[in-house]
Amino acid sequence: MEFKRLTLLSGHYGSGKTNIAVNLAFEIKKRYGKVTVADMDIVNPYFRTKDSQKEFEDAGIKLIASPFAGSNVDLPALPQEMYSLVDKNTGHCILDIGGDERGALVLGRYTPYILEENDYEMIFVYNACRPLTSNIESAIEVMREIEIAGKIPFTAIINNSNIGEETTPELVLNLYHKAEELAKATSLPLIATTVHSKIFPSLENKVANLIPLNLQKKIM
Amino acid sequence: MSDKVLMKGNEAIAEAAIIAGCRHYFGYPITPQTEIAAYMAKRMPKIGGCFLQAESEVAAINMVYGVASCGLRVMTSSSSPGISLKGEGLSYLAGADLPSLVVNVQRGGPGLGGIQPSQSDYFQATKGAAHGDFHMIVLAPASVQEMADLTVHGFDLADKYRMTSMILADGTMGQMMEPVSLDLKVGEPIEKPWATTGTKLERFHNITNSLYLDPEALEKGNFDRYKRYETIEENEVMYEEYCMEDAEICIAAFGIASRVAKNAIDEARKEGIKVGLIRPITLWPFPKKPFKKAAEKVHTFISVELSMGQMIEDVRLATECRRPVTLVNRAGGMIPNPEQILDAIKNANKNGGAK
Repeated sequence: MEFKRLTLLSGHYGSGKTNIAVNLAFEIKKRYGKVTVADMDIVNPYFRTKDSQKEFEDAGIKLIASPFAGSNVDLPALPQEMYSLVDKNTGHCILDIGGDERGALVLGRYTPYILEENDYEMIFVYNACRPLTSNIESAIEVMREIEIAGKIPFTAIINNSNIGEETTPELVLNLYHKAEELAKATSLPLIATTVHSKIFPSLENKVANLIPLNLQKKIM
Repeated sequence: MSDKVLMKGNEAIAEAAIIAGCRHYFGYPITPQTEIAAYMAKRMPKIGGCFLQAESEVAAINMVYGVASCGLRVMTSSSSPGISLKGEGLSYLAGADLPSLVVNVQRGGPGLGGIQPSQSDYFQATKGAAHGDFHMIVLAPASVQEMADLTVHGFDLADKYRMTSMILADGTMGQMMEPVSLDLKVGEPIEKPWATTGTKLERFHNITNSLYLDPEALEKGNFDRYKRYETIEENEVMYEEYCMEDAEICIAAFGIASRVAKNAIDEARKEGIKVGLIRPITLWPFPKKPFKKAAEKVHTFISVELSMGQMIEDVRLATECRRPVTLVNRAGGMIPNPEQILDAIKNANKNGGAK
């Protein structure tokens, strides 16, 4: 997978954006030596990139997040520092955008600069196992809502179809066609399929552009 | 094709309600249950249902009263402070014997509290949701699958006994994602001859009401209702036992606390400590019998809760205080970790039930 300076990850909430953002951050860090992760999720106070703060610090990955994220304050605010994303001297960045159109709304204020620089990939993370995006029409509806709210069109799709820990290689293979159909219907490239690193070996030569994911920690 | 989908607990409740035939949802957003409303807002218009964001929780619960009076399946959902606001309506629903489903995805309190998970509305749900003598059936899911299953079951029980079923979850259950099968079994529809569906000039009109100025009539309503509660206590108790066959220590935990407790039990078992779990699934009616039975063989009970210790009182009552009951707890949005529970198990094992 090639990386533009800005990698924007968006999709239906629960599609897997945050896990992919965390994993891609480590990959970009390895390849380019420097990466900034922006936790732009003002919608979900529970599972988010900021949960990986410690791992990021240890790996020398810079994280920009709301000072209130993960605290007990339900305040939809982003720090001023977030503007450094649209400065090309910042280097490679991953933007983890909140779920649905409500999450994408905050992207809008940075969009004019992103479009002007034009070195970005706006990725729709697709999970065909999520009931509200299980068919192509409903997935496209979510895509259009996000595009309108964020004022920026998608340029690529990542297939992340899974049902969590019970995901089998068969499930990934059986649902691959859905992501292909979505790519075809929207004329966007399907740039990668992401799977848990546990099942990566058994799919490695069967699915194009396969990326293994290590999951964020869970406590229960 | 996979027959399972990946859902948040909140979404699973919403979809299960739709599967159960609920076409009316009234609510007001509050973290950490907002996805229920968001899901309903997306789905209801597409299936000819009604999603309405009320001007407040008080308005929403009274809209529930209206639709319940018409004999239709109806629900509302909120989180702790919002449930307190609904209290008056819950009492009116009970006084008028109306079936409804109410969801509480609890957050830390008291007051406006926080937005992280909690179980500190146990007393409110099981003993004192509002004024007057009444109960709700209280169901405590411990997985996203149970969020779906118990929602359907809750609707069925509500109709069967003409009362409110409450799903008492917590922020983690609402937010966590797990695979779910939506192949849910919905009970047979129950006739509602009392519903205000129009007389068609063929019968006397029905009224749903909780105002009885004649104290004898009001007393009779209470006695009749408590007769029904006895039937429920006899027939509708649900619980899960885990590693209880040879247990000498019994953990009591529901919802998210039971999941953490199971991890601690597995660890303790590796060290040869005989510890098990009774997980109440119905918090009201409380599973008194299994606890009473366990008191005959275990030497200590440990209640694990995300509160300052509320269910612990029901454990003591059910076991008639025959064994010591200790508390492992966190509060205010914090969750006990397996190590904390394991320490309590080891302590109990060392003391062997000595008070």
